[in-house]
Amino acid sequence: MSLDKEKIKHVAKLARISVDEAKVDSLTKDLNSIFKFIEQLNELNTDKVEPLTSILNQSLRSRKDEISDGKIREKILKNSPKKNEEFFVVPKVVE
Amino acid sequence: MSKEKFDYFIKGEKGKYEVVIGLEVHAQVLSKSKLFSGSSTKFGADPNDQVSLIDSAFPGMLPVINEECVKQAVRTGLGLNAKINNYSVFDRKNYFYADLPQGYQISQYKNPIVGEGKVLLDMPYGSKEIGIERLHLEQDAGKSIHDMDPSNTYVDLNRSGIALMEIVSKPDLRSPDEVNAYIKKLRSIMRYLGTCDGNMQEGSLRADVNVSVRKEGDKNFGTRCEIKNVNSIKFMQMAIEYEAARQVELIENGKEIDQETRLFDTKKNETRSMRSKEDAHDYRYFPDPDLLPLKLEQKLIDDLKKSLPELPDKKKERFIKEYELNVYEANVLVSEKEISDYYEEVAKLSDKKLAATWMMGDLFAMLNDKGLDISKSPISAKHFAELVQSIKSGEISGRIAKEVFEIMVESGDNPKKIIESKGMKQQSDPKELEKMINEILSKNKDKVDQYKAGKEKLFGFFVGQVMKLSGGKANPQLTNEILKKLLKG
Repeated sequence: MSLDKEKIKHVAKLARISVDEAKVDSLTKDLNSIFKFIEQLNELNTDKVEPLTSILNQSLRSRKDEISDGKIREKILKNSPKKNEEFFVVPKVVE
Repeated sequence: MSKEKFDYFIKGEKGKYEVVIGLEVHAQVLSKSKLFSGSSTKFGADPNDQVSLIDSAFPGMLPVINEECVKQAVRTGLGLNAKINNYSVFDRKNYFYADLPQGYQISQYKNPIVGEGKVLLDMPYGSKEIGIERLHLEQDAGKSIHDMDPSNTYVDLNRSGIALMEIVSKPDLRSPDEVNAYIKKLRSIMRYLGTCDGNMQEGSLRADVNVSVRKEGDKNFGTRCEIKNVNSIKFMQMAIEYEAARQVELIENGKEIDQETRLFDTKKNETRSMRSKEDAHDYRYFPDPDLLPLKLEQKLIDDLKKSLPELPDKKKERFIKEYELNVYEANVLVSEKEISDYYEEVAKLSDKKLAATWMMGDLFAMLNDKGLDISKSPISAKHFAELVQSIKSGEISGRIAKEVFEIMVESGDNPKKIIESKGMKQQSDPKELEKMINEILSKNKDKVDQYKAGKEKLFGFFVGQVMKLSGGKANPQLTNEILKKLLKG
């Protein structure tokens, strides 16, 4: 698998990372060499190996269904760049 | 059941088209707190009051799963006759939107908690099985409010992080009627189980609708479009009708259908392309490194299975056998658990057939009229049973029963008290009735002669007189018998 410039721009857009046009070439080169390195792993036969989703051989820890959080609106809204008393305020997004 | 034939096709100029529909239903899990945080899930709180640092995606916060939400998903899976997976994995579904502070939704992709199942629908053309592809757990997003400010969108994260079950059907549905029956059945099963309240007004149940069309008899599926986030059955039906017609028109004009996400505009009654979602399908799923795989002990699943309540399909069969109801009556009376409970209480204290008739007639009409659920009925099951019993025993006539019913609704009194205090008891004493009828006949000798001469229509006049004199309380059957006997004499 190799990445072209368009793919790089697309991934950057999906991740909301702004990429300087001048840097696209070097980024493409870098990422392609990383990919090439990772692709070496395909030489191993993994037909009978389950994908590893965690390195810990444990099951998920769970909690009881109780209300133990919330009612901290002021704290939550502190990090909002724009806000009013009740809401996060963001630039208009409409379908 | 009448054997109507299935007949829902879109007629184009070049033939008939079959509509193929699959649904992704998002059902809000009934739980006190959210899927991965301890904030409340209660509907209607002040904005951003039920938000924790986890729900608002502050850095360094770790999600911890709510065990009750897991159990609710398993219960629902069992209610859908589905395979429960002992091993499932939570993934991140990445996309950017203002009401999704994490930048990803925690969902399940390759390994959902519930696998294939099925739901049975009763259609006029017979029973139909709809396949369930899967059910998985995921987080709900927050709510964006666009109409409070001309240049800004307001975001409320109260809903952010509430547990949803996404229930994906196979593309087995073929008409808006089947969609209606399917949603109602799902809703009914989940309400019986207590896993989702099914309240569509509050958004507890919404669906993405996948629609495609194909020539009748064609074995291959056409290209589908997905209509996002439709929140009422009526809108789902309207959206399907519009979308199927649009696709048929494209095909007939030799055009291609783009596989795309569309939006149903409820004001214009049309679907339109959501261009902003073009990139959105690039979700870049990967296992959430904050969460370990979810492993379920078989014992937990077995125990949950044992504790399930009787579900609508089973209850329907039992009602038909035990209470000798027909399929239609049984379907209506098991549609909601509260309705079936009410009916059973009434049936046990009175007459099972008459109870069904009066419940589905006068009681439902009154509840409908007042916009009340049966749990809020002004008439208790016990009082309703007494009323049915009074009709059955002949103590009051059906006509008087309607009056008693009205008074019960207004006063909440028990029917015995109403019947006695208002002297509404039916007159069923043959001697009393005979005396009264004789009196009427002797007062109307001319009419009796006319009747005897062949003017038989006058029979109704005599019945009317008896009812008038008795204040509507004369037993109608007895009145007829005695009148006939005396007029012959």
